[in-house]
Amino acid sequence: MLNVGKIEEGFVLDHIEAGKSLSLYHHLQLDKLDCTVAIIKNAKSNKMGKKDILKVECDINTLDLDVLAFIDHCITVNVIKDGEIVDKKELTLPKEIKNIIKCKNPRCITSIEQGLPHIFVLSDEKKEIYRCKYCEEKYEDITK
Amino acid sequence: MRHLMSPLDFTVEELDKLFDLANDIEHNMAKYAHACDGKKLATCFYEPSTRTRLSFESAMLNLGGSVIGFSDAGSSSASKGESVSDTIRVISCFADICAIRHPKEGAPMVAASKSSIPVINAGDGGHQHPTQTLTDLLTIRSLKGKLKNFTVGLCGDLKFGRTVHSLIHALIRYPDIQFIFISPEELKVPDYLTDILKEKNIPYEEVIRLEEIMPRLDFLYMTRVQKERFFNEEDYVRLKDFYILDKTKMELAKSDMLVLHPLPRVNEISVEIDDDPRAAYFKQVQYGVYVRMALVLTLLEVEV
Repeated sequence: MLNVGKIEEGFVLDHIEAGKSLSLYHHLQLDKLDCTVAIIKNAKSNKMGKKDILKVECDINTLDLDVLAFIDHCITVNVIKDGEIVDKKELTLPKEIKNIIKCKNPRCITSIEQGLPHIFVLSDEKKEIYRCKYCEEKYEDITK
Repeated sequence: MRHLMSPLDFTVEELDKLFDLANDIEHNMAKYAHACDGKKLATCFYEPSTRTRLSFESAMLNLGGSVIGFSDAGSSSASKGESVSDTIRVISCFADICAIRHPKEGAPMVAASKSSIPVINAGDGGHQHPTQTLTDLLTIRSLKGKLKNFTVGLCGDLKFGRTVHSLIHALIRYPDIQFIFISPEELKVPDYLTDILKEKNIPYEEVIRLEEIMPRLDFLYMTRVQKERFFNEEDYVRLKDFYILDKTKMELAKSDMLVLHPLPRVNEISVEIDDDPRAAYFKQVQYGVYVRMALVLTLLEVEV
C-alpha cells in the first residue's frame, strides 16, 4: 500500500468519485497554486469501493467551496491545522455559479458578448440541474 | 424600473391588471391617444420581424409617442462589432423604452442589466417571446371571458416552437387546464416541459392525429413547421404538410372552439376557414397591439 504523509495545514478532499480527482484539480485551479498537492487515485474505500483523494497543503481559505460543491457535493472536506482535522465542511449545491463552466449553446449571447460572465443558476435542486442564466440551456455533466 | 424578459416576470394578478388595461384600451382608444406624448420607443431588431416590430411601433404611435430604431443587424452598429451592452447604453440616451429582438438567446437580459430604461424582450432566438404569450393570453381571456378550465390543443412544431413553450409555462399557472399535444413524433414537446406537467399533476395527452381530439378542444393553437429549424430540406418537406387544419376538421370541433396561431401562416391553416367565426388568429394580431400598448404604459408607469 502506498503511503502519503500527513499535511500540516490545508485540506483533504475525501470520497471523490474514482477518476474525478484530476478534473477536480483543474477546476479548483490547484495547478496555479505553488504548494504541495497529492493526488491519490483509486484508493480502497469501504463506502465506495474505489475513491480518489486530494491532499493540498495551503492556506485553507484558498479553497472555493462553491466550485467543489458544484462538481460533487458528496465530497468530504477535511480542514487540517497543525496536522490535525479541525473541521469537516458540509457542501451544499450553490444557488449560482459564476465563470466555472461555460454555456455550450451556440445560440447563447455568451457566445458573442465580450466580457460577459458565464453564470449558471440552480434550477432544480433535487435533480441537480443548472441552467444558463441567459439562455436557460441545461448544463450537462461537467466531466463530459 | 421593470423590464419584461419572460411572461412569468409578471404574477397572475399583475397580468390580470395588464389585461384589464388592454381591454380598457380596446374599448376606449381615444382616452389613451396622448398617454405617451413626448415619449420615444426604440425598436432594436437585430433580425427581421415585420409583425412584431410593426405591432410595437403601432402600439407606441397609438399612445401618442414616437418610434426610433433599426430593423436588422446590418443597419445597426452591431455590424461594426458593437456589443449589446454598449448599444443599450447608447439607446438609453435616445429613448424612454426599448423593445429588442436578437437572434442570440439571453441578449435582452444582457441589455436589461445595463439599461437605464425599461427593456422588453421582443424575441431572443428560440428562447422567449413574451409579448406573443401575453397576446395569446389576452386573446383567450377576451374571447372566452376567462383563463381557466380549458382543454387546450397545441398542434404542429411543439419541439422548437418557442411560442408554444411559453404558452404552456404561462397557462399552467391557471386552474383546471388540460393539454393535448398534437404533433409528429419528430416534433414532440420537449421532456422538460412534460416533466413539469407531471410534477404539477396537470393532465396532458400526446396524440398524432388532429381529427380524433377536435371535439374535445376549447381552443386549438396551431403552429408553423419552420423551415429554419430543420437541418435538411428533405425533413422539412416531409413534415410541413403533416397537420393542416381545414373545413372538414373544423366540422368536428365545438361551436365555440377558438383557433389561434402566432402567424405567419404558411399552409397549416387552410384559407377556407378564415371566415369561420372560430378563427381568431387575425383578432389575435389586434389584441397584440392592445397588450403592447398596455405593457408600454405599465413599464413607463404612465397612468391615464
